[in-house]
Amino acid sequence: MPVVMDAVRVARSLARIAHEILERNRGLEEIALVGIRSRGVPLARRLAAIVKEISGHEVPAGALDITLYRDDLMRHAIGAQPLVRSTDIPFSIDDKRILLVDDVLYTGRTIRAALDALIEFGRPKSIQLVVLVDRGHRELPIKADYIGKNLPTSPSESVQVHLTELDGRDEVEIEG
Amino acid sequence: MKKDLLGIADLSGEEIYRILDTADAMREIGERPIKKVPTLRGKTIVNLFYEPSTRTRTSFEIAEKRLSADTLNIAVASSSVQKGETLADTAMNLEAMAPDMIVLRHACSGACHLLARICRSRIINAGDGMHEHPTQALLDAFTIRQHKQRLAGLKIAIVGDLLHSRVLRSNVLLLTKLGAEVCVCGPPTLVPPGIERLGVRVSIAVDEAVAGADVIMMLRIQQERMRGAFVPSLREYFHVFGMTAERVKRAKPDVIIMHPGPMNRGVEIASDVADGPYSVILEQVANGVAVRMAVLYLLAGGVEEGSHAEAAA
Repeated sequence: MPVVMDAVRVARSLARIAHEILERNRGLEEIALVGIRSRGVPLARRLAAIVKEISGHEVPAGALDITLYRDDLMRHAIGAQPLVRSTDIPFSIDDKRILLVDDVLYTGRTIRAALDALIEFGRPKSIQLVVLVDRGHRELPIKADYIGKNLPTSPSESVQVHLTELDGRDEVEIEG
Repeated sequence: MKKDLLGIADLSGEEIYRILDTADAMREIGERPIKKVPTLRGKTIVNLFYEPSTRTRTSFEIAEKRLSADTLNIAVASSSVQKGETLADTAMNLEAMAPDMIVLRHACSGACHLLARICRSRIINAGDGMHEHPTQALLDAFTIRQHKQRLAGLKIAIVGDLLHSRVLRSNVLLLTKLGAEVCVCGPPTLVPPGIERLGVRVSIAVDEAVAGADVIMMLRIQQERMRGAFVPSLREYFHVFGMTAERVKRAKPDVIIMHPGPMNRGVEIASDVADGPYSVILEQVANGVAVRMAVLYLLAGGVEEGSHAEAAA
């Protein structure tokens, strides 16, 4: 399987995104990161750590599970329900600038579900989207504000993001 | 999951852990400012209760509402059952209105199995006679795991009216399936014959049963189900089998005391134990909502191959 990003490129992309976040958001006390489970969560934590390193400012990071908001639940007569994992947002999102973090942006349906889920926790001042890879093929009017890598793909291909915290290595692969 | 949740007997260990893990995630929804997710939007759930129930019915209803299902409560006192309709006819009539799930509580063991055979709707057993009460056993297991981080290898004493208790049967099936060491204890008149075949130890001395226990589970004396004199008097029962602070001392220092409710204070459990530091009785009630949300969510999905609905289709 061709590797499209190795550990060095992943690290550089995240560092660049962290700088862009700082550049575009004055008033760091207003920002908070929310990672979408599974791989958005370690990415959000890493971005929080990099932002702290650069600015000295501690940005809170939470985890959001969007399973219960998916638009494809109960559409199949056979097969078990997807696993629900816990949501953990230990801070108020009211009047915050929320940076929603995910690994791959594809159809946009996960982000649609995440926006619905997030808004039930309060009324943020704004929501911006951070993704490590944008592979195109949107089915909904959604776009990312910060992108690690634009990756042209065909719908038959699959993009696999591996992260050290969950998979033992940092790597983005394309299959199919 | 299969089409229906009729009893713990039908669940594998893996399915039980899947329900408990899902309940872990569901618990957080109850702590949000807006305690609702859109998951079961457009699903209709009928709560059909042929026996009085406050806790279980409310718990199911809250769980259903938190998942955005449309819920209907049918209390038999105000329904056509009073006019002589049979359970099967009531079910077929409800079925004609196409609900997605029916939560049934009934005084007859096996009532849910009957409904599961004749209905396309998914059936959840909320207690059938003296047979099973699976969601109670699941919430008990969830509460135990919360406190002890595991179920396998724990010493669990279940004390009280064993004979009339569906909570006992479901708990014994679940706990032995997951590798806990279960001792059941009650007056000989209230020990169902053959219970040891379910893999439990039987004791008629409460002091011995609770010695070294990690968990003490009390069962209610079910006078409404008793046909005959099983205990000489409630005072004597409390004297011999009631859970007192003195008896609790024989268990492990970090023992937890459970009761499925409703409690008879001063009959099976002393008030100072029920309200004391070891008691997790109200946590059980709180956890019931999360566990029922997990069951509703998992049952609302696709049916696994080879299970009842597919065979019928």
